[in-house]
Amino acid sequence: MSTLADVATAMQVLAVLAGAPLVVGGMRQVRARLEGRAGGGIGQPWRDLRKQLRKQQITPQGTTVVFALAPAIVAGSTLLIAAILPLISLGSPLDPAADLFGVVGLLFLGTVALTLAGLDTGTAFGGMGSSREITIAALVEPTILLAVFALSVPGHSANLAAIVSSTADHPGQLVSPGSLLAFVALAIVIIAETGRLPVDNPSTHLELTMIHEAMVLEYAGPKLALVEWASGMRLTVLLGLLANLFLPWGVAGTHPSVLAILIGFVAITLKVSVLAGVLAAGEVFIAKFRLFRIPELLAGSFLLALLAVTASYFFSTPTN
Amino acid sequence: MPCSLGAAALSGGLTAAFGIVGVTLGLSAIFGGSRDLQIDWLLPLAGVRFDLGPLGGLFVAATGAVAVPVGIYSVRYAQKEHWARFPLVMLPLFVAAMLLVPAAGSVTTFLLSWELMAAASLALVLSEHHRGAVRSAGAFYAVMTQLGFASILLALMVLSAAGGGDAFDTIAAHVGGISSGARTAVFLLTLAGFGSKAGLLPLHAWLPRAHPEAPSPVSALMSAAMVNMGIYGIIRIDLQILGPGPHWWGLTLMIFGAVSAVFGVLQASVATDLKTLLAYSTTENMGLVTLALGAATLLSSYGAQQVAAIAMTAALLLILSHGAFKTLGFLAAGSVLAATGLRDLDKLGGLARRMPGTTVMFGIAALGASGLPLGAGFVGEWLLLQSLIHSAHDNNTLLALMMPLSVGAFALTTGLGIAAMVKAFGVGFLARPRSPAAEAAREAPASMLTGMALAAAACAVLAVAPVLLGPALKHVLASVPTVGGGAAGPTLGTYLRLPGLAGSMSPGLIAAALVIAVLLALGLSRWGARHRPVAAVVPLWACGSESLSSRMQYTATSFAEPLQRVFDNVLQPDTDVEVTHFAESRYLVEKVTYRTLLADPVEHRLYTPVVHAVTTWAHWVRRAHPGSVHLYLAYGVLGLLIVLVIAR
Amino acid sequence: MTWIGKIGRVGRIVEPADEAPDATAAPPTGVTGSLQLRHVDCGSCNGCELEIAAAFSSVYDAERFGARVVASPRHADGLLATGVVTRNMHQPLLNTLKSVPEPRVVIAVGDCACNGGAFAQGYGVVGSVADVMPVDVEVPGCPPTPQQIIAALRTVTGR
Repeated sequence: MSTLADVATAMQVLAVLAGAPLVVGGMRQVRARLEGRAGGGIGQPWRDLRKQLRKQQITPQGTTVVFALAPAIVAGSTLLIAAILPLISLGSPLDPAADLFGVVGLLFLGTVALTLAGLDTGTAFGGMGSSREITIAALVEPTILLAVFALSVPGHSANLAAIVSSTADHPGQLVSPGSLLAFVALAIVIIAETGRLPVDNPSTHLELTMIHEAMVLEYAGPKLALVEWASGMRLTVLLGLLANLFLPWGVAGTHPSVLAILIGFVAITLKVSVLAGVLAAGEVFIAKFRLFRIPELLAGSFLLALLAVTASYFFSTPTN
Repeated sequence: MPCSLGAAALSGGLTAAFGIVGVTLGLSAIFGGSRDLQIDWLLPLAGVRFDLGPLGGLFVAATGAVAVPVGIYSVRYAQKEHWARFPLVMLPLFVAAMLLVPAAGSVTTFLLSWELMAAASLALVLSEHHRGAVRSAGAFYAVMTQLGFASILLALMVLSAAGGGDAFDTIAAHVGGISSGARTAVFLLTLAGFGSKAGLLPLHAWLPRAHPEAPSPVSALMSAAMVNMGIYGIIRIDLQILGPGPHWWGLTLMIFGAVSAVFGVLQASVATDLKTLLAYSTTENMGLVTLALGAATLLSSYGAQQVAAIAMTAALLLILSHGAFKTLGFLAAGSVLAATGLRDLDKLGGLARRMPGTTVMFGIAALGASGLPLGAGFVGEWLLLQSLIHSAHDNNTLLALMMPLSVGAFALTTGLGIAAMVKAFGVGFLARPRSPAAEAAREAPASMLTGMALAAAACAVLAVAPVLLGPALKHVLASVPTVGGGAAGPTLGTYLRLPGLAGSMSPGLIAAALVIAVLLALGLSRWGARHRPVAAVVPLWACGSESLSSRMQYTATSFAEPLQRVFDNVLQPDTDVEVTHFAESRYLVEKVTYRTLLADPVEHRLYTPVVHAVTTWAHWVRRAHPGSVHLYLAYGVLGLLIVLVIAR
Repeated sequence: MTWIGKIGRVGRIVEPADEAPDATAAPPTGVTGSLQLRHVDCGSCNGCELEIAAAFSSVYDAERFGARVVASPRHADGLLATGVVTRNMHQPLLNTLKSVPEPRVVIAVGDCACNGGAFAQGYGVVGSVADVMPVDVEVPGCPPTPQQIIAALRTVTGR
């Protein structure tokens, strides 16, 4: 681990921090343009965030420290994931400390914190949002772990740097059945985890159709800013993870030079922007599923992930 | 007659003392090598023989480690719950019997200690025998425990007959001469008997009945220490003594483990009684342990010793971490029960402000049970996953099929476990009280909190510093050569490393980094603070209406309802919606009553037909007992003749 | 797939933006271009609701000036009140305003909200919005056009 690798890691955390609202804004802009509107601009979420940070800090009666700390826990776990993932360079100092299973665990830690906050409000909508969110999280977990399994098989390791460098060295793996199936399964998982269409509509006003929004109805001001920011960061890091797992070119190595770091930064920005744009464009064409159709979708993605693992065993190209 | 503080202190103190003795003995057996003790005069014909090796030492130490916080906790608990003298006497005896089981060195001693343990636990389950539910749970438990014992008795009889002796090391020395038919019989019978004690499907139904009805310290001991004895039996008899078995042994263990884990956690996620939830969680965790054991056995039988060692270490760590967080969970549930008189999550709530210490303790237990990072169960589950993903290297079809399916089952278990624990903690402890009893709750006394804090400390150690257990686990692993003991296990240092394989993790570092990240996030939220108006405490947003009653909160039943709907076919709930209209007008609804009954489908589909068949057969046999003494004398003579003919 | 063709053919349908009006007040928090509003129908005929929906539609697109309608008053900077305040909605309107964190604005849309309009003498009516709470911006009209509504919003967002 070199100091430049540490710099790259710090850079990727800052990039995620600064870029997440831009990603959300960009997605809203793509949607707006496809709908024929002008949209608020790519900087609108940043304006909203800065405004929310200046609003009154509110404590609803009857809530406990769980409600107060949950936004920080979600944001903190997401920042930690941003530091672990090989977004700009492979040489994150935290890479040996947490592999893909650890990242999945941290992701669910954030989900659990927000779910408990929804229950802590003691309102009917908070409980409803928490109940739906935990059902989806419970059903998403098998798929995500199986997809991780499928990705670990070629590189014989679940550590992220190993997976990414193994894919970069053997690009032929990408078109193997296991890899393609894992990509589809992981894409469905990311849509479910981040609450995008068709699982959840992030811009709905109807409480009975909400999943993620219902949990945060009670948050205001700075805590709301943290929650929204954390949601955007989760989307950004998951898109970055998807991008670098399946399109690893441009990522700087474990001992990068300054030029490699800059190339890595540009590469990940490009990849995340493209993926976000494709996701936003796709959302224009689909409507939200009924709540009880979602387990069917997740069961389908589970089956794909299972096939992905089995395929990667039987069709794996021999590596070192 | 309710007890005095002195009697309770004596009982609790003795339990804790036995616990300390157990921990010391266990650790000395792990690090110092086997200890042997033979007392021929204690039992006629067979004598009593103790032989404590590193494997037994681990289980003795684990039992002792559970008994210490339980003992300290039960001092004030017994006083608050007005325990009679009999349970006070039985509590330390139960712990002593549990300490004897892993130390047993011969078949007779093992069976004797096993029955002592079962009898003591039954007596303790029936502590509150004035309640009908306790009596029926006790009867159920007694029957299943004795059936399990019969199975174990048969198995060990076959084993000692085939192995040519009573002592375990005699049998181990002659293991080569045991026929494969005898080995199969022993394996299947021990799996049935020990599996039932461990709470594995399909013989698990006693667990969710007996554990909730027992007093909470007893539930903790049973769930965190006694079920381990089932696992100990499987490891000792089938894996250590009977040695390397055929491939289907590992496969069977994996299948039973996976099914138990998924079923147990599914029932836990829809359970509304706090202690029933924890009891089903025990079935889930023992299922995971068996899955890990099965994986280790299967991998070892295919020669993948290195990976088998990882799986075996995972199994041992899962046992230890389950002991820690289950103890804490049951002790916290007992604290809630003592303060409110309630186990029903649908009536609890709002305990975070009234019982902050207990809430924190249960939170730590729930975090451990959910297998998330910073929880006690994370390291064991990570090791299990690593062993499963590194397995199929030599194009083995069976492994290539079993490992992904196991990962899928394991992942479903973890996901549902998170849902169950979020429900238990969120509905039971947060928000506002749902009943007057919950509103009147007050914090538990300091000694109960001390007991819980000890268990919480164990959870914390397992969560962030498993390095402390590294040397002990290495010694235990070396004593089970047939399941990966030959290879070096994972290194449990600051970084967990897998020798010969790529993969590392550091729970302590993740915890420290997470704390820093959360502080960073809190710092970020201070940005712009100088522009903010004064902070305020405001009423909840009730969509414009005046206020929210506590009845408007989600209950445990409603929280789990989407999951229940998804798994409708497995759970087969019995729901009933009754709508009462006003007498004056059928258009106006006066009341809507929703009733749901979630019975154990295994009990309904497997036990009921079996019991029915046995009863029918028993009725048929009764025809041979008309009451005539002459007929009975004739039976006696006939039996004697048969015995004489056979003995010739 | 025909949708892609349709999107391409229809293209951009949003009306060009008018000139920015003079700001009547600084944005509440000092950040320009960000205003989240919670709409409350105190007892309107839904005419103003239709015009508000049109204001946020693709044709007039109020979102490009930073305004957005949100579901929870906790997420909002203020209320967008329409209709005369009826007896049944009096307390809920006050509760909703209380749930909005400071600093907050109240925008009354339509004649009914500003001065009672056609229903000022009704028996189930408490009064206009200004009678029950301080109103920061009024948008007269029965109903006001989307352009008038947007102009009023822009005086608050400053964009």
